[in-house]
Formats: sequence, structure tokens, C-alpha cells
Amino acid sequence: MRVAITGIGIVSALGSTRHAFWNSLANGVSGIRPIESVDCAGLKIRHGAEVAGFEACDYFEDKELDHLDPFAQYALIAAAEAIADSGVSLSDALKERTAIVTGCGLGGKVTEDQGFRDLYADHKPRFHPMTIPRAMTSAATSQISMRFGFTGPSLTVSTACSSANHALGQALWMVRSGAAEMAIAGGSEAPFSLGVLKAWESMRVVAPDTCRPFSKDRLGLILGAGAGMLILEPWERAVARGARIYAELAGCGMTADAHHLTMPSREGAARAMRLAMADAGLTLEDVGYINAHGTGTMANDATETAAIREVFATPPLVSSTKSMHGHAMGAAGALEAAATALALYHGVLPPTANYTTPDPDCDLNVIPNVARVAKVGAALSNSFAFGGLNAVLAFRAV
Amino acid sequence: MPDPIIERVIEVIVKTQHLEAGIVKPESTFEQLKIDSLDGLQILFALEEEFNVSIPDDAAKQLRSVTDIANGIRTLLAEAPAATA
Repeated sequence: MRVAITGIGIVSALGSTRHAFWNSLANGVSGIRPIESVDCAGLKIRHGAEVAGFEACDYFEDKELDHLDPFAQYALIAAAEAIADSGVSLSDALKERTAIVTGCGLGGKVTEDQGFRDLYADHKPRFHPMTIPRAMTSAATSQISMRFGFTGPSLTVSTACSSANHALGQALWMVRSGAAEMAIAGGSEAPFSLGVLKAWESMRVVAPDTCRPFSKDRLGLILGAGAGMLILEPWERAVARGARIYAELAGCGMTADAHHLTMPSREGAARAMRLAMADAGLTLEDVGYINAHGTGTMANDATETAAIREVFATPPLVSSTKSMHGHAMGAAGALEAAATALALYHGVLPPTANYTTPDPDCDLNVIPNVARVAKVGAALSNSFAFGGLNAVLAFRAV
Repeated sequence: MPDPIIERVIEVIVKTQHLEAGIVKPESTFEQLKIDSLDGLQILFALEEEFNVSIPDDAAKQLRSVTDIANGIRTLLAEAPAATA
């Protein structure tokens, strides 16, 4: 059974609507800026892709915010936009058969960070009672379920930087198998707290300036925040109700490297791409675009290039949209799935922004800086996480 | 006369990597000691703690041996004399 993407919702550094997100991608506009929500005085990290111009009170009542860490706020906003965008009629029967599968790497670290600061630094005698329900990694799924009354199979998947791709793949298979009649799937992440930034800084992979995937002078990744949610429906049902279909979510490939805790593996990545194409029934020649994992680290971009070249004798066009929306970790795969589906839908491939100098180790056509008008029949979106957990999604154009 | 900085660097590497004391020498390289990128990060962290310095990322990338590290630490200590050695 084919599965259609009928709704997309976005909260990101490029704006908190699908429309703003796509506009920036199509124009090669980066959302990487000096960090504002955290005092960076004691940090080497200075820049991030924070959610742009976001006021929580624009979306939620104060009482609701008591229960919502930013990562759950972003998930709710994106889910609401996606559901509205799909135009689907939510009967009780459908709600009982809708799966919610969200990805998240860190959970509610902003909430936790505050609680730990109160305890360890300020020696406060009590913890805020909402800390656990706000911070638990499954909070986004629970909140979406409660907000809309969804009572179907609902879960959260956590595989670091691949979380949302794994979540989308899981949801795809649930709809395809009939375990669910519809799915809301994606990811969300809100990593901007002092503790999280300090922890990332110590890994020495965060760039001091910006994210330049595949460029010879790249200096690392830039952390991002936000959420992406997609509505997945059986193809026939989507067509029958006259839904606008962005693209088919055609397949997913999942592998583990069994190699290294932080360094990627060419073999694991290549296998995941092959499995995604096999699951989708795609040949190498069908794939016209790859939305790369493309973090901008020395290790990833070179290894990913080698993996793509191993799979494809003639590599397709490749770009990394992390150059614009940052590395939103548990949300990354969802933002990139949205970017890929929109690219197929609009016939425009987003560029790799901030690109300066070719690197012989990254010998690909990375669509530098300016989007490419191109109608391609199919695309892949890669996620390769710490700990060697890989998930690749395959998309087919309508 | 043994160099105290090199001695302390060696001790940090021995402890962090759980190695036998005699294995790490002033001329040892990371490759010889089978120190990978993650090990390297942990060693840098332990060195920063030991010497109370901050090793910049671009300098860290150049470090390949015990001698490289000792020279780098000496430079950082010279630049920040108030930091306790």
C-alpha cells in the first residue's frame, strides 16, 4: 500500500509556518544567528538556529504553558498546522486508529536545566512538580494526543540525530501495514539551555561561525531547534477525499553501524540508503535528489560523500538544508522530510547555503547557495546519528 | 632533568586511557597509543582540568603526540600566568 504525505507543519529557525520555512529554503536564506535565549558569556558556542521570533503566549494560555517544555510547544504547533493543512476530517473512529510517532533526542532539557540549577546551584528545597511530565521525552506525543483526542497507538522514538527519520519510518510501516489508518509523525527538539550547549561544546564539533556542509573550510555543526510534523495517509484514501498530496513517503531503511560511538561509518550509511530504496521499490536511476544528513562536521560530510558514491555510480544532486535550519537533532529528520517533500512538490531543490570552497573529499554536486529548479521523480533523506543509528527515508513525487 | 609538564601530561594520558605507566613516553604519538577521536576528547578534558587551561578547538585538532600537548600547554600557561600550574 502506498502512503501519502497530506499535511506538513513546521516550527523552525526559518519561521513557524510551513510557508515561511519553504520560502527561506527556496531562497537559500539561513536562519543561523547569534544565540539569544542563553547567555553565551561562558561559552565558545555563539551561534545557533533558534526558533525565529517565537512568543509562546501567541500560541498557548499561561495555564497550558505550565505543562509544556518548549520542545512540546513546538511539537503541538507543528502538529496543529499539519492537521489543518491536511484538511482531514477527524472522526472519533479515525482518531482511535491514528498513530502518533514523534522523535526527540533530548526531551525537555530547558525544564530540567532550570530544575537542576534550582537544586544544585540555588539549593532550593523543592523541585517543581511538573518537571517530569514536562521533560519526559514522550511529552510531545502525549500532548498531541490530548490536544486533539487521538487514542490510537502513540509513541516516541529516540535515536539522537536520527530520531525523526526513525519516527517517520515507523509511522510509514504502521500505516502501510494497516496497524494505523493515519499517522502524525515527525520530531521536535529544544536544545538551547546552558547545560546542553556546554555539553555539545565539549565534543568540539560545533562551528564558531556557521554551518558550511561539504565546504572545505567547514568547522562543524550548528545546533537548531524546532519541530516538523507530517500527516501520513493511505494513498487511496487521500485520493478519494481529494486531499492535496505533497509526495509519497515511499520507503525507509534502518541500519546500525556497530562501529563507533561518535564517528560515522560509510558501510552503515550506504546500506541504509540501499534498504530505503528497496523498501520503496526505487532504482538508483529513479533518485534525482538526496537531502543529506550534511551536518557540516569534517567526519560526517566526507563519510556521507563516500557512502553516496559507493551506492550511486552517478550521484544525484545533493544538498544539506541544515545549512539553513541548523541541526535540530530529534527534529532534524522531520524538517528535512518536509523540505524533501516540498522540494518534490514544488519542483525546486533547496541549496546548501554558506558554501564557499569545494572539498575533494566531498566531491558531489551540492547545489551551492542557490536553489535548483528541477522536477525529480524520487528523493532520499539521510539521517546518520551518534552511536551509528542510521535511518534513510525515500520519497516519490506525485 | 625530567620535564614536569611532560610528566604531568603523561600521567593524565595514563589515567584517562587506563594504560600501564611505562607505555606512554615523551615521544609517543596518539597513533602509537591507539588513541581515537573520542579518547582524544576525554584526554583534552582531563588536561584542561589538570592545568586549569582552555584548549581552543583549532589548536586541539593539531595535537598528535605527547610532545605536541606539552608544548601547547606550555604556551597556554605562559599566556595566562594567573592560572595555577
